[in-house]
Amino acid sequence: MSTTTITHDEEHHDHPTGIMRWLTTTNHKDIGTMYLTFSLIMFLVGGAMVLGIRAELFQPGLQLMKPEFYNQLIGVHALIMIFSALMPAATGFANWMIPLQIGAPDMALPRLNNWGFWLLPPSAILLTLPFTLALFGIGDGAIATGWTFYPPLSVQGGIGVDFAIFAVHLLGISSVMGSINIIVTLFNMRAPGMTLMKMPMFAWGWLITAFLLVATIPVLAGAVTMLLTDRHFGTHFFSAAGGGDPIMFQHLFWFFGHPEVYILLLPVWGFIPQILQTFSRKPMYGYKAQVYSLWAIGALSVVVWAHHFFTAGMPVPALLYFMYSTMAISLPLAVLFFCWIKTMWRGSMTFETPMLFAVGWIILFGIGGLTGLVLADVAADAQYHNSYFVVAHFHYTLFAGGIMGIMAGVYYWLPKMTGHMYNEKLGKVHFWLTAIAFNMTFIPQFFLGLAGMPRRIPDYAIQFTEFNEISTIAAFALGFSQLLFVYNIVMCVKGGKKATDKVWEGAVGLEWTLSSPPPYHSFTEQPTVN
Amino acid sequence: MPFAILLSIDFIIMGIPAYKSVIMMEDTRNDSNMVIKITGSQWRWQYEYLGAAEANIKGESAEDKQVLNDAKGIKFVSNLTTTQDEMDNKAPKGEHYLLEVDNKLVLPVGKKVRILMTSADVLHNWWVPQFGSSRVAVPGFIRETWVQILKPGTYRGQCKELCGKGHGYMPVVVEGVSMQEYQKWVVAKKEEIAKAAEIKEMTKDELVTAGKGVYEKNCAVCHQVTGAGLPPAFPALTGSKVANGPIFGADGKYLKDSHLDRVLNGKGVMPSWKAVLTDNEIAEVITYERNALGNSVGDLLQPAQVKSARQ
Repeated sequence: MSTTTITHDEEHHDHPTGIMRWLTTTNHKDIGTMYLTFSLIMFLVGGAMVLGIRAELFQPGLQLMKPEFYNQLIGVHALIMIFSALMPAATGFANWMIPLQIGAPDMALPRLNNWGFWLLPPSAILLTLPFTLALFGIGDGAIATGWTFYPPLSVQGGIGVDFAIFAVHLLGISSVMGSINIIVTLFNMRAPGMTLMKMPMFAWGWLITAFLLVATIPVLAGAVTMLLTDRHFGTHFFSAAGGGDPIMFQHLFWFFGHPEVYILLLPVWGFIPQILQTFSRKPMYGYKAQVYSLWAIGALSVVVWAHHFFTAGMPVPALLYFMYSTMAISLPLAVLFFCWIKTMWRGSMTFETPMLFAVGWIILFGIGGLTGLVLADVAADAQYHNSYFVVAHFHYTLFAGGIMGIMAGVYYWLPKMTGHMYNEKLGKVHFWLTAIAFNMTFIPQFFLGLAGMPRRIPDYAIQFTEFNEISTIAAFALGFSQLLFVYNIVMCVKGGKKATDKVWEGAVGLEWTLSSPPPYHSFTEQPTVN
Repeated sequence: MPFAILLSIDFIIMGIPAYKSVIMMEDTRNDSNMVIKITGSQWRWQYEYLGAAEANIKGESAEDKQVLNDAKGIKFVSNLTTTQDEMDNKAPKGEHYLLEVDNKLVLPVGKKVRILMTSADVLHNWWVPQFGSSRVAVPGFIRETWVQILKPGTYRGQCKELCGKGHGYMPVVVEGVSMQEYQKWVVAKKEEIAKAAEIKEMTKDELVTAGKGVYEKNCAVCHQVTGAGLPPAFPALTGSKVANGPIFGADGKYLKDSHLDRVLNGKGVMPSWKAVLTDNEIAEVITYERNALGNSVGDLLQPAQVKSARQ
């Protein structure tokens, strides 16, 4: 191994400071930090929106807002949470951790990486600007069709729809750029000795995610562009009067939309086993089985899209096919659950905050998955589709599965990233408040759906009052407990007990061989893996 | 993997009955006794009775089939009747808050009803939880589903596909009745519709008074009770060019973009009302809009003029 010593002066010579540092950085850790910070801010913005929604739903009757404004909040809340909070958080971890975990000095395409991030703030502005413009009488607010953009309603909508279409374009391009970077990095820059089947699970999770993104984002881009031309350039892709079909949009959208939910989850399925392994002080169980399961889920996810619109009317063979294929996805997921639980089995476990989140995650995401299985049944779905049952289902999978997973990752890696330990007691309080408030917010919603409450309504029949009240109060508790999370992160960044290289007694992986925080260029000497 | 095995067993337990259920759910034609057509629009449901199903159903009496056929041609709109005051928390909410309508869909108990569904504008979804099924209403396409009510009673549901600001305000109320009740209702409803369609000559005051009711039921949701509208999406009627301009051309002929044309045919987001409102109602609401809401044009429109304008 040859060594090249980089002197202190050389290290700093080419690095700008201040704003220019952040605007022009090509360093994977800096870019990862920006993604994570952006994600946290947008998480709070999306959360504030949903508190508005739940406040209106506290009682029947309209108290706070007109239905047209309510419709804007629900759609923008979803777009922000999915595209501006969850995806950037996962991308932030990818940027931070993938080079460290595979022994690379940086990502393969650093400038593409920078550009991928900087598309995000403009997209956030595009999503939220219509609210402000409406205050000045320009346009009638943000997109009010729900995040799914269904025509013909979205063809009717005001400029908010156009803003959202362009925001989605920017977000999509950013994701594709990031995915290309990840695929190239993972295939080309692993340390010698690290074969594909020795890669950390997080890398596998992201590799499959990246392929799914590259395959499906262009379809979304196509669908929303067809919507744009239907709106402004006289096409009629989605208008029957012109020979088109509104349901075609649903096919195109959900061809992206279903893989999208796995895109949101696969990175988490990558690092949760790593956390379980660390705090069980036992090797991960079934590495190969997990990898094959991730591939199976990725492959199956692209052929099940129509289960999002069973009630739109499709031929019986189609209904049956999509029902059975959707049910089939639960098989590899069952394998994953088994491996996760077996990883902990007879392990020497301690329950620091990351482990609390990981174990809670298994239970709550499991509930989400099982309720999805119910929805896969076409006969049952006729009842549950577009009811609050679905809302509860996807919050279990995306909040408990996605966001709480990300929180596990944050607590796990924050000491490595900042060099300081976070406040463990506050972390545990945050976990318990989040877990309890989350369940109290969404369990009533399952029952509301079963009782016949549709979704996306600003007002409801009086028999739904009590459960809505519980859900709203719990939602406020959930929202405010996240402030503890923010506080903990900020204090950890600023200072705290010094973190060792390894941080966690059972931690395994190349990132734990570097100092906390790692040097600016991560690995200056390439490690080898045996 | 034990979990995978458990799930596979579950697939068989869930999957086989599901297969049969799906086929039964989608079979709208076999053994259907009668057919109705449901049209979703922003923001109300419209029901049309298309009569008995053509095929002869085993065990169905000829009298029953005749009764079902007699309903053919009944067509009406079903509007929410919950008051604005209830929604604004100014009045206590009734028991069926947001789930009550003026014209219920009346169906005979025990008969399989084939439902043809479409939409006049955007996607809607017709849902009655107690029937356990729902179907999307797609503009320009006919979708099908079916229901069979087993017990007499009132069944309430809502629209289940986001369709704009009125999405939460277009309920479904279905009344399941015995065949005798159904027969009586068919006769009474046909009389009611014929009476409403009778072209009468009315005074300006009669037109304006009746027009207020029509306006508040159909137009106020967008143009507001005061006529102020919600620009730029929904123009104000107070002082508007269309509401204050001429109804007919100088030669007395039909004028495009006139007040009458706008109400009959709509424009852009504004729906056309010619299929939803009767000649009387159109004449009433136009006269009201021109002589109230801050306007005082002074003229009036007679239903007979609306009828001839339709040709």
